[in-house]
Amino acid sequence: MSATTIVMRRELASYFATPLAYIFIVIFLVVASVFAFSVGNLYEMGQADLLNFFNFHPWLYLFLIPALAMRLWAEERKTGSIELLLTLPIRLHEAVLGKFLAAWLFSGLALLLTFPIWITVNYLGDPDNGIILASYLGSWLMAGAFLAIGSCMSACTSNQVIAFILTIVICFCYVVAGLPLLLNFFEGWASQPLLDAVASLSFMTHFNAISRGVLDFRDLLFFVLMIVGWLTATAIVIDMKKAQ
Amino acid sequence: MIRVSSLTKSFDGFVAVDRLSFELKSGEVLGFIGPNGAGKSTTMKIITGFLAPTEGSVTIFDQDIWRTPLAAKRLIGYLPEGAPAYGDMTAAEFLRFIAEIRGFSKQQRSEAIDRVVAALDLETVLGKRIETLSKGFRRRVGLAQALIHDPRVLILDEPTDGLDPNQKHQVRELIRGLSKEKIIIISTHILEEVTALCSRVIVIANGRLLTDATPAQLEAHSRYHRAVTVESREPALGEKLRMLPGVQAVEEDQVNQRYTLIPVTGQEILPALNQRIASEGWAISQIHVEKGELNDVFRQLTTGEAA
Repeated sequence: MSATTIVMRRELASYFATPLAYIFIVIFLVVASVFAFSVGNLYEMGQADLLNFFNFHPWLYLFLIPALAMRLWAEERKTGSIELLLTLPIRLHEAVLGKFLAAWLFSGLALLLTFPIWITVNYLGDPDNGIILASYLGSWLMAGAFLAIGSCMSACTSNQVIAFILTIVICFCYVVAGLPLLLNFFEGWASQPLLDAVASLSFMTHFNAISRGVLDFRDLLFFVLMIVGWLTATAIVIDMKKAQ
Repeated sequence: MIRVSSLTKSFDGFVAVDRLSFELKSGEVLGFIGPNGAGKSTTMKIITGFLAPTEGSVTIFDQDIWRTPLAAKRLIGYLPEGAPAYGDMTAAEFLRFIAEIRGFSKQQRSEAIDRVVAALDLETVLGKRIETLSKGFRRRVGLAQALIHDPRVLILDEPTDGLDPNQKHQVRELIRGLSKEKIIIISTHILEEVTALCSRVIVIANGRLLTDATPAQLEAHSRYHRAVTVESREPALGEKLRMLPGVQAVEEDQVNQRYTLIPVTGQEILPALNQRIASEGWAISQIHVEKGELNDVFRQLTTGEAA
């Protein structure tokens, strides 16, 4: 077993050692359903797809994923166990990756547990299950990107609340990057290439493309690169801030 | 062998460790002492590969902790200050996790865990979560973790801090009983621990090495080295004792009627004192020769205070 797997398993087990895992999953399912049915009018649309379910995922993740990610490193730092972990014969990137994978698998589990919604639309109609599968994949990748950001913010501080708030702020920027809300701010003074660059960072744009069934390799790659980039930043931050 | 060469660590201009060098051979037990903030913990964090030195190097049996960290870290068992652990795990889960990371096969793993559990009397707490354990048990779980792979180098940052006298005794017995082939570094500010366990003492203050000696050599620096303490109800004894040849000063403890005769450096005072006791017929209830007080030497070294 590789060090990454061992760290991941330990981390996953610790989610379930406390009520955290169960609370997270229950809230995730409740909020996801409320968004889909009450706000998104999944029934009333009369369409056999899950577009209105997935549309709310960026907003759902915005608050729930930071709660999952905030303890990743902040807690290690607070209790001092980071010193134990990093003096064991493992590499820093294995520790970073192991912890991230645990949180990512866990968010994947929460996502999988929304399957009754998928069964419902299949019972009521004849949806394009290929699109739904792609949307699930896209949603999971987006959760990964949120988590990687959260992992980096958690590495910056030993205070989980600070990690939580910083993650929300940064994730919010990524979510709204493609929306008029943020673009209006840049319009007028920023050049068009900069404007395009900001807009291209939008989680919303990339995720919506995937969930509409336009499975473009570049959209998937975007989230993968986000994960790799922010995890690399996590490792750098940990290395720099170890002494504190 | 551990070789620490001109190790320096500075944080934003503050020098925590300043050109520290020493070598340790197998079988040596080093007591690392110094006031709080002297740089003991920082040095240990660098030796174990947690922090990078600003300058200098550390090699553990020829493995450079910074160039070949994994090979070096495999040789080390480390108990960080405060014995941090994953509080939400049970002691058994925690030890299994450490054994897995240390690369034990399933068979070896249970043997290794059984060995440290027996050595540290952890049977009763194996199923309990670490955060619910008492300080003493938590410390012992931390020690078990450090010993699980029977390391050649053991680095313990204040292993008995916060333990009650019985627990301290137990931990000391354990350290004393470890293989004579190991290199052990213990940081502490309990000086009796140094006398009890260590074959060598390094005193540091402000990140700098002040003394590298055996505990006995260090005690010899004390003004109480070879001092003689006398307990007696004889009246006005202090004055008479002060007149003895070789006596530099006498400290009187009025409450217990105890007199400590401090010798002029290098002088023996016991023979003259014995003669005098015999000739004067003083009633002496107790008499003994002091070895020297490490506390005293420690103060002298780290504050420059005359002792």
